[in-house]
Amino acid sequence: MLAETYRSEIEAILAKYPPEHKRSAVMPLLYLAQRVYGHVPPQALDEIAALLDISSTQVGSLVGFYSLYYDRPGGKYRVQICTDLPCALRGAEAFARELCRRLGIELGGTTADGLITVEAVMCLAACDRAPMFQVQDAEGIHYHENQTVDSALALIEMLRQGVRRG
Amino acid sequence: MAEHILLRHRDIPGLDELDVYLKHGGFEGLRKAVTKMSAQQVIDEVKASGLRGRGGAGFPAGLKWSFLTPGVFPRYVVANADESEPGTFKDREILESNPYQFLEGLAICAYAAQVRTAYVYCRGEFWDLAQALEWRIDQLHQQGLLGEQLFGTKYALEIHVHLGAGAYICGEETALLDSLEGKLGQPRLRPPFPAAAGLYGKPTVINNVETLTNLPPVLTRGAAWYKTIGTEKSPGPKIFCLSGCVVRPGNYELPLGTTFRELVFDRGGGVPSGRRIKAILPAGASSTILAATDAVLDTPMDYESVAAIGSTLGSASVIVLDDSVDMTWAVLKTSRFFKHESCGKCTPCREGTYWMLHIAERLHAGRGSRQDVALLETVARQIQGKCLCALGEFSTMPVVSAVQNFRADFEQHAAGER
Repeated sequence: MLAETYRSEIEAILAKYPPEHKRSAVMPLLYLAQRVYGHVPPQALDEIAALLDISSTQVGSLVGFYSLYYDRPGGKYRVQICTDLPCALRGAEAFARELCRRLGIELGGTTADGLITVEAVMCLAACDRAPMFQVQDAEGIHYHENQTVDSALALIEMLRQGVRRG
Repeated sequence: MAEHILLRHRDIPGLDELDVYLKHGGFEGLRKAVTKMSAQQVIDEVKASGLRGRGGAGFPAGLKWSFLTPGVFPRYVVANADESEPGTFKDREILESNPYQFLEGLAICAYAAQVRTAYVYCRGEFWDLAQALEWRIDQLHQQGLLGEQLFGTKYALEIHVHLGAGAYICGEETALLDSLEGKLGQPRLRPPFPAAAGLYGKPTVINNVETLTNLPPVLTRGAAWYKTIGTEKSPGPKIFCLSGCVVRPGNYELPLGTTFRELVFDRGGGVPSGRRIKAILPAGASSTILAATDAVLDTPMDYESVAAIGSTLGSASVIVLDDSVDMTWAVLKTSRFFKHESCGKCTPCREGTYWMLHIAERLHAGRGSRQDVALLETVARQIQGKCLCALGEFSTMPVVSAVQNFRADFEQHAAGER
């Protein structure tokens, strides 16, 4: 399905790398699959493997290794809070706890409407503007810095409204 | 420093737009290199400038390029934009606000290395930045500043952006290469070094974003000018990332050799809330945790001076800890990071980071014993010197130094006194 529907995009990705080293395209193709399917299902591993002449296992190992690929569905939006040392010194852990409490979920959990997953992640290179988080969805990743629990909740509400409006 | 050389957008608004960048001398460095200099002359000029790699290792950039195996083509240049060290956020500001100076620097490096294809390996979380970078590369093509026949010569260059997907280890240059080749990002056994067998087995130069951003001014203003900034052995400007318990965290561009005290107190405004400074990590989570004594604070931040106090300048990411911070917690945080980021290839790192975290958690929760303090140090020592890359080594730095410099914090926990 990927190969037919996204032919020109796949060709543009492959054009970045020497033809004899097209395996290099596996990471961008995994992002493409995740955009299309919401996560990386087994079927996508086979499709990518066929495009690159490698095994599905070789593709699948990358999904496990890299933290931004998911082999199962989560919330439509993943709110990923950096709680590493510099951010924690600026209150990121308390921020994460309080945000989860207000959303009625555990850290790592997903809201009842299935839209928002809140996770703690490793350093996002924004240490001077903590508390901060990134929002990952199928379309990409965006940063939100110098946050309060209220500003984060307001943003989450906007994301939810966007979904409701469709 | 009055003038910003790397964070030049702070002096010139709109520098992230190509016409503004060109109006302020943009691409004159590349033009000079391609039209007036041989590749060897560019390497010689960069060698003469004394520019050292800003990613952490501090290796002289020109010298690194001169190691490329002669006569073997194609070669590759890869810009390391995988900035992931806790406490480090300098490359991000360059990519966001002064991106053309970085791209020009990358093109200069590519010319010096006689490369026709360069890649920017950008961490996956920099998704927006990577998109913007691709758009800017298009702009450069439209202006004839990338592509075929640059400045009317035979030289041609393409730059591609490759997005990572969340793995600290890919900042290590050989892991980065494997990742770019579509494999797990795990370090390679060296030798061969990338200059002999790098990307796709070809001679390859890998440089950090900040290192490359230094190149345009080195070429337009010359090595002699460059050496007037900083110290004799660590010349040039450096972006210091200041984070943690400080009033004004952020990036500060200062000459190498500026003291920790000036950065933390004069620039950063010192420690907030009437607290006192307890410790600093000079190079992010990968560094030793030093007690903030007068001797430490008055140390110049250059590669040699920081090494002389038993630490490393690394990527110059200074994390400040105030006197409310419990060192068992700090070690718990750094150990959790390294345990998560260990790629699993070398057993001492994979297992060692797991056990360091385990013991740190036990101690921090007040469930540990005095033997655990000794055990923590032992586990750390057994990782050291036994791994393919520096990650394992890095993971032990905060642990061993914290136990040595702040033993009381650990023993109090062990005795259940907290």
